[in-house]
Amino acid sequence: MGMTLFDKVWDAHVIAELGGGAQLLHVDRHLIHELSSSRAFPDLAARGLKLRNPALTIGSTDHVVTTNPGRAGAAPWTIRMIDAMRAECAGAGVRYFDVGEDGSGILHVIGPELGFTLPGATVLCADSHTCTNGALGALAFGIGASELLHVLATQTIVQSKPGTLRANFTGSLPRGVYAKDMILALIGRVGAAGGSGYAVEYAGSAVRALEVEARMTLCNLSIELGAKIGMVAPDEKTYAYLQGRRLAPKGRDWDAALAHWQSLPGDADARFDREVGLDVSSLAPQITWGTSPEDVMDVDASIPDSPKRDALDYMGLAAGRPIAGTRVDRVFIGSCTNSRLSDLRIAAAVARSGKVAAHVEAWVVPGSIGVKRAAEAEGLHEVFLEAGFQWREPGCSLCVGANGELVAPQARCVSTSNRNFVGRQGPGARTHLASPAMAAAAALAGEIADVRDFPV
Amino acid sequence: MQKFTTLTAPAAAYLKPNVDTDLVIRVERCSRTPRERLGDYAFEMARFTGGNGDSGAPDPAFPLNRPQFAGAGILVGGVNFGCGSSREMAVWAIAGMGFRCVIAPSFGEIFYGNCFQNGLLAIRLPQAVVEALGGALLAAASPVSLTVDLARQVVIAPGGAEHRFEIDPLRKTGLLEGLDPIGLTLRREAEIAAWQAADRARRPWIYNA
Ligand code: SF4
Repeated sequence: MGMTLFDKVWDAHVIAELGGGAQLLHVDRHLIHELSSSRAFPDLAARGLKLRNPALTIGSTDHVVTTNPGRAGAAPWTIRMIDAMRAECAGAGVRYFDVGEDGSGILHVIGPELGFTLPGATVLCADSHTCTNGALGALAFGIGASELLHVLATQTIVQSKPGTLRANFTGSLPRGVYAKDMILALIGRVGAAGGSGYAVEYAGSAVRALEVEARMTLCNLSIELGAKIGMVAPDEKTYAYLQGRRLAPKGRDWDAALAHWQSLPGDADARFDREVGLDVSSLAPQITWGTSPEDVMDVDASIPDSPKRDALDYMGLAAGRPIAGTRVDRVFIGSCTNSRLSDLRIAAAVARSGKVAAHVEAWVVPGSIGVKRAAEAEGLHEVFLEAGFQWREPGCSLCVGANGELVAPQARCVSTSNRNFVGRQGPGARTHLASPAMAAAAALAGEIADVRDFPV
Repeated sequence: MQKFTTLTAPAAAYLKPNVDTDLVIRVERCSRTPRERLGDYAFEMARFTGGNGDSGAPDPAFPLNRPQFAGAGILVGGVNFGCGSSREMAVWAIAGMGFRCVIAPSFGEIFYGNCFQNGLLAIRLPQAVVEALGGALLAAASPVSLTVDLARQVVIAPGGAEHRFEIDPLRKTGLLEGLDPIGLTLRREAEIAAWQAADRARRPWIYNA
């Protein structure tokens, strides 16, 4: 029987069988950020351990860094955390991409952008959205703080092999509908635990048609599907995306790597433990109404009469009413889900058609310095600023509020991020997840709006 | 790591589905609260009035605040418990409240793994069993104890009914013997070095970034 992409990459990294199905896997790529690694180096030193392979770890700063324009007004405790990160990376010999420096940004944005993330590589980070990196055909997943120490000390991880789930997207996307809508719709259909216990492979004509950055959006929400791992088979688009990137293989290494990568896609007769399918041809733009990503609906539908009363109450919504027309206070375009150049282009196309409603505070937060510079080079920042959006510095920002940037209690925010959990954007904050196009449309309309009524 | 063999302790129930780790511990507690104090802030948005563990009072509407659950050592949770963020502080916070075992129909996968790194036993039981156990706890007026026997892989209900659970043998041994995962892997240094040496020849680009 043939092998899946996931099986090929997993099996190629097994160093030892540990019994009972557990295996010791090699970690090719490791990324650290200031929040989840804040105790790592002191803990490592306290145990008398040292970093085994410094060259295979990189670091940057994303969660606590302020995204105020010009980085104004950073809280002293955030500065202390970032100073500690910089010093610890220097001490351990880890390449650290400092605030504002070339290559810096949200880890799941810079991993691919730098060419550090590669097809067929294992990519780990103490952050659940590490699954984003699977868009390049990497086997990428989030770990906890203890496992992070294990990776630093041994360059390995202990895991049991999950099952495989193929999510087959067929058809072609209608106007105004994007990768974000595809994955939200899938989560709505199979539930927030639907992918639990599986490594997901996104496949089908609609996935092949996506550009690499859009595939990252798809893989990003694997964890919201309950799966630690989401992957897309590498193809010509993947190789073209990677070629020439700063840390990507060069010269003879590139040729050898490319030959290896071309052997990775799953065999035609490979079998999956579970298959789900979705025809995207008639998909409507999606928006969440509740406090789990599975609480998702078509933008032109009525709010469902869900048994989740507490979610409806928290969101201040009434079942049976259309969701379009719900007044919004904030709009956030950013996060490792949707902060790449292609996302900003899509949002800017909508922003060009009007002005942000007077009562809305709308932010655009690029995912990395690389994205910010590229967007500015094509004038996107001017489009946003002219329309009345704030154009900010890269970071996680309102996605999680770890840096103190918050949505006020009971305020309603349309957000391009990945989690609408209770309090995620701040205590009492009400989050609606949607695509960058839908977020931009909400900013202009001042309410939840159907982006198909805008020029996209 | 702390060993886990058997545990008989009062149990508490919080059966809400999809309890995410943002709900278990707020992100600002992850950066500025010492590990030993995280338990004071566990579930703070639901547990305290005003949603704040510093200024709020225990909210009587929150299940874990019921008097019969005071001092509980076993937590019975809902579907997809601990989904979301990888923050290990969620496990530290739950342990900080005094729990040594969490029983649920399913878990967020990273949370599940993090439990075992901290001597906390996470047990998956069928949804109907969890709901029956949790329902009985919620209906009881005084503390009810459950027993967990890891060696035999059973949860023993008050009437004596036994519910068998599955667990990865390596995790089981790790808890029973209180083994340190890093220490165990370091014993395999020669294998790791040999694997890397072979891999350098096979995939030089991985090491030349
Ligand atoms: S942008 Fe949001 S989801 Fe992504 S890494 Fe930052 S906090 Fe996590």
